Amino acid sequence: MGLMLVPRPHVSRLRGVLTPLAAFAVALAIAAVVLTAMGKSLVVAFQVYIAEPLTSAWGVQEVILKAVPLTLIAIGLIFAIRANRWNIGAEGQYVMGGLFGGAVAIATHGMGGFWVLPLMLIAGVAGGILYGLVPALLRNRFGISEILSSLMLVYVAELLLDYLVRGPWRDPRAFNFPKSVNFDAAATLQPFIEGGKLHWGVALAVLAVLAAVILLGRSLFGFAVAATGEAPRAANFAGFNEKLLTLQVFAISGGLAGLAGIVEVSANIGQLQPSISQGYGFTAIIVAFLGRLTPVGALLSAVVLSMLLIGSETAQIMLKLPFDMTRAFMGLLLLCVLAGEAMTRYRLVRRA
Amino acid sequence: MELIPLILTTIITAATPLVIAALGEHVVERAGVLNLGVEGMMIMGASLGFAGAVVLDSSLAGLMIGMAAGMAMAGVFALFALGLATNQVATGLAVTILGLGLAGLIGQSFVGMPRPPIGLVTIPLLADIPLIGPALFRQDIVVYLSVALILGVSFVLTRTRAGLILRGVGESHGSAHALGLPVLKVRLMAVLFGGLCAGLAGAYLSLVYTRFWSPGMTAGRGWIALALVVFAGGRVWRLVAGSYLFGAIMIAQLHAQAGAIGIPSQFLSMLPYLMTIAALVVLSLAGRRGVGAAGSLGQPFVPDR
Repeated sequence: MGLMLVPRPHVSRLRGVLTPLAAFAVALAIAAVVLTAMGKSLVVAFQVYIAEPLTSAWGVQEVILKAVPLTLIAIGLIFAIRANRWNIGAEGQYVMGGLFGGAVAIATHGMGGFWVLPLMLIAGVAGGILYGLVPALLRNRFGISEILSSLMLVYVAELLLDYLVRGPWRDPRAFNFPKSVNFDAAATLQPFIEGGKLHWGVALAVLAVLAAVILLGRSLFGFAVAATGEAPRAANFAGFNEKLLTLQVFAISGGLAGLAGIVEVSANIGQLQPSISQGYGFTAIIVAFLGRLTPVGALLSAVVLSMLLIGSETAQIMLKLPFDMTRAFMGLLLLCVLAGEAMTRYRLVRRA
Repeated sequence: MELIPLILTTIITAATPLVIAALGEHVVERAGVLNLGVEGMMIMGASLGFAGAVVLDSSLAGLMIGMAAGMAMAGVFALFALGLATNQVATGLAVTILGLGLAGLIGQSFVGMPRPPIGLVTIPLLADIPLIGPALFRQDIVVYLSVALILGVSFVLTRTRAGLILRGVGESHGSAHALGLPVLKVRLMAVLFGGLCAGLAGAYLSLVYTRFWSPGMTAGRGWIALALVVFAGGRVWRLVAGSYLFGAIMIAQLHAQAGAIGIPSQFLSMLPYLMTIAALVVLSLAGRRGVGAAGSLGQPFVPDR
């Protein structure tokens, strides 16, 4: 290998903005080559993945709706990743949020009341926080890698949901379909406008972005997160409690994932069923990195990846491309983003 | 076959992919690299291995192709995590996501196809030992290979100069580099070996364990293998014991589901994942927290000249 990495003394702001764009362009170019090799039409692919979601009113609404859970989860993950805590179990915390909140909806079925929905949201957040705290506590108390424990708990949460909707929570009138009762109107997150699809979850996502901008950029807590992530020893000397911080970032990321779960279940699914996620918890990791671990970046990236998810649904019909194609692309995209990050920090120099 | 040898045989079959994948990752982590892409390399081995076996109508060829597929994914990991010094955790995740997607794409035309069982190799005399003989000495070639791998890895790591260099690179890449050791080259070899093992483990799953391909069939075994490496804390014998314990849990869990003992199947399916966490807790309670991980584990290395 005749090449070596040399650290850049200074990284310009412009480079920071251009890097994710370049990474996305490279990933698209590779995907285009692969699609052509598979004999698929690039024109159709462009229409399906980009033109259609962005030009029809239906498409734009759907893109925004799918960006909601992605944004919420990614915002939480930014806190964890910046503090060098790897919560890769957001998918499980999302499921737990849907499960806890859904429990409220099922328990209050037929009662109605303005208090049902707030209680569901609180229960959803609580479910996510509690489930997110498990890997944090395991790390603090037993020194167990949060990477492994949070991921193992994803499988556990999915199996628990599966058991509940096939067992005790199954709607007796659903002809043996594994699903809960349909939620009441009082348990459904309502759209802004009558007949529209955009619901109050969109506002919650924007609120989360704003809160994260302030917390990460303007508060002592945000500084503690950054310090712990970049220089744990220095953070320790500065008096930041490392274990407390671990609990905090897991509570934040778990809580937001739980919120995403109950928002999705209440507003879009309207019942509990064996699967309530399209892998949002994992996709959000890519969203967080594509947005360079900044809240606004995550919001924009969530919209981009949401577009891809919408496109992948149409692509299954129009191009006979399975969802695995999208999954592979996301892995490729994350690799390109990481390579881009490396290129902002280092220069490739030919060895003398 | 009688019951006890039958159960032993199935436990060994369930444990073998775990042993192989965990051994590979053990070597990788001894060299100071944390490759979280085991699940992705494994499922690529399962998918491409199965596809190769069907196309070439040979399970042995399938196993080889599975190894190559795992190694190719490891090569991708190495290109980024070693070549560009990207974050190892994130890179490993990316490799897993990419692997799950590609494996699904490649495997889609092979869903539902059956494969004949792989041939068994009987070791004369030993196979006639009552109870354990048939289970231990009338096995497929990969099981014997896994035993050779166990012995080989522990011998090379602890008794040879190459093993010493590998561990040195993992313990302190700065010092190793100062001594003139080729840190990145050693790590590249280790990562590729890990990929080969994960690919073989995956191909074993689809060609021997289930004998069909289904999407997502590794079902977290790659992650369990990663946990086994932590559990082993640097000791190969503990890694092997842990793998066989997990093989036993998986089989017990399957029997319990079939036996309809009144516990919902979902709770039994949770067992391997919960046991993984429980095993790490027990390890910590035994006072072995943080023992055995290589000193430079997970830290990217950029040579300064």
